Amino acid sequence: MSIQLALFYFFAAVAVGSALAMVLNLRNTVASAMSLVITMVSLAAVYVLMDAFLVGALQIMVYGGAIVVLFVFVVMLLNLRQDDFPPPRQRFVKALGTLLVLFALGKLVAAVPGALPEAVARLPEGFGGYRDVGTALFTRFLLPFEATSLLLLAALVGAVVLAKRRLD
Amino acid sequence: MDLVVDLSVVLFAIGVVGALVRRNVIVILMSVELMLNAVNLAFVAFSRMHGNNDGHVFVLIVITVAAAEVAVGLGIVISLFRNRDTVNVDDVSLLKW
Amino acid sequence: MIAETIGKILFVLLVVMGAFLPLITWVERKQSALIQDRVGANRADLAGITVLGLLHPLTDVLKLFAKEDFVPEGANRVMHLLAPVISLVPAIVMLAVVPFAGVYDFGGERPFSFVIADVDWGLLFVFAVGSIAAYGTVISGWASNNNWALLGSLRASAQMISYEVTMGLSVVGLFMCFQTLSLQEMSLAQDSTFRLLGFLEHFGVVDTLPAWLGWLQLPTWGIFLQPLGFVMFLTCIMAENKRPPFDLPEAESELVAGYHLEYSGMRWGLFYTAEFLEVPVIGCIVTAAFLGGWSIPFLDTQTLISGIGGTFGTGFATGLALVLQLLAFLAKVIVMIWLQMTIRWSLPRFRYDQVMDLCWKILLPLSLANVFVTGAVILWMKELGA
Repeated sequence: MSIQLALFYFFAAVAVGSALAMVLNLRNTVASAMSLVITMVSLAAVYVLMDAFLVGALQIMVYGGAIVVLFVFVVMLLNLRQDDFPPPRQRFVKALGTLLVLFALGKLVAAVPGALPEAVARLPEGFGGYRDVGTALFTRFLLPFEATSLLLLAALVGAVVLAKRRLD
Repeated sequence: MDLVVDLSVVLFAIGVVGALVRRNVIVILMSVELMLNAVNLAFVAFSRMHGNNDGHVFVLIVITVAAAEVAVGLGIVISLFRNRDTVNVDDVSLLKW
Repeated sequence: MIAETIGKILFVLLVVMGAFLPLITWVERKQSALIQDRVGANRADLAGITVLGLLHPLTDVLKLFAKEDFVPEGANRVMHLLAPVISLVPAIVMLAVVPFAGVYDFGGERPFSFVIADVDWGLLFVFAVGSIAAYGTVISGWASNNNWALLGSLRASAQMISYEVTMGLSVVGLFMCFQTLSLQEMSLAQDSTFRLLGFLEHFGVVDTLPAWLGWLQLPTWGIFLQPLGFVMFLTCIMAENKRPPFDLPEAESELVAGYHLEYSGMRWGLFYTAEFLEVPVIGCIVTAAFLGGWSIPFLDTQTLISGIGGTFGTGFATGLALVLQLLAFLAKVIVMIWLQMTIRWSLPRFRYDQVMDLCWKILLPLSLANVFVTGAVILWMKELGA
């Protein structure tokens, strides 16, 4: 087992464990948010293991450093109480839905081995680095880039309008 | 590479289950973020498989879209809390039959 | 290679954490005393000999260990313990990409580069790790079960995430000048000099600069190429780490103690260590990016090695060059520490809305304008040069 594979197993286990902790934690929403951060950081480590350096760094900066901080802000501001188990009437339906989802995705997992082509043997020079990704972003993918900036403007205006107190 | 796609599917499954089962709106939003992360992982894995940087560009765009969505979503949650004083989705189901 | 890395890690930990950190607590008390025209702390003594107050860092640490370590009632114990750790660890980890000395050829299989991890995206790593440090602030206030602490931590984290944006933008001009994100490569690029009036030649005003004007040279430091970028980056990184004058989150006179209100003993000591460790770390990053890193001004590495090597032989010359450039780096870091301390004790604390205005209304447009002007100048010089 090479050290890369061992590291991948370690970070994958941490990611799955903290994702489960996030979903199953009923008492403390801030602890859920912190588990989400741990998931993000371990996923960033997996990205770096797969030579995706720029994406890994940006994942930590944007996702882990800004988005989840926003979640924690809202939880702290709203001072939320604890969550409960769903009432008995809903439990059966939710359990059935969960099992169906797990079954469908389990079939997907079972179909994966052997269905993917072989990985490229030698990566091009500078793969995943900021130069190549940046060049691609500004030349071939210029239209999605500009469209994303419009999307951000819309989200900015929307968030400010939503959070304002009405003056009536 | 198979392992990475498996990890992506597992995380996606956890995200879907979280969005279905939990009743706290904020945890539902966090599960949606987890699903987006699982998709990002799949993109990076396939990009590595092809040796092509295009997957990385799309991951950047997905991260940006997720950030915008979280901002607006949390704005909605705050408005919801101001009007109904709850973040439990079961309590805001007036349209249900 | 593993022994080399472990050696570098030990050196960095011993020098920066072992030597600089206690010195900085002493410097803060003595420098503030000198600025405020008083004597400062000088009572700690060993067998009756006070060494200018140099024993005070030791006594401070002993005092912190001796205090009671409590968790307030109703607080979340795990988060209360985790928050100072999350504040401290990024400050230490940021040192992994700082170049303490240059790249030297000792005849081994690869040249020896005095960076613990010379990744290609070094400065991006610094920003990523710095953004995790916001969590310590966010959680400490919430975990303390105290309204004032919560207010302090909300303000602090809003300040930190706002300044992360501007911090990234203010160095984009520097990236354009040096074409790299790695701090070691930036320091290597700053190892030369340029003629101050050379721009006249570039813009076609004169054909060749006369020799008597040509000796007016400056080292190719980031601060000379990007003066506005330097000022903006220093402001942003000081605000990001909540250094005074941006220290409203821990305002002693307004919020009692802000987000570290309910911490005492060594838990508070961890916050204290994190804040004071940021001072040399800020100094190291700003030195490597803007002040030429380890390069001695007007004396680039080749000249140094060949100059000493003429009398002493190349191997010894390379080793001596390493030591000299390391000392040059540490000297520049000391200058930056002095600068930060002087700024701290000269400026009054900003009000919170002034802090936010400064970030979004002044620094953000200025940094975008900086990027635009830098790009325009680089394109113009390339067109005229080609």
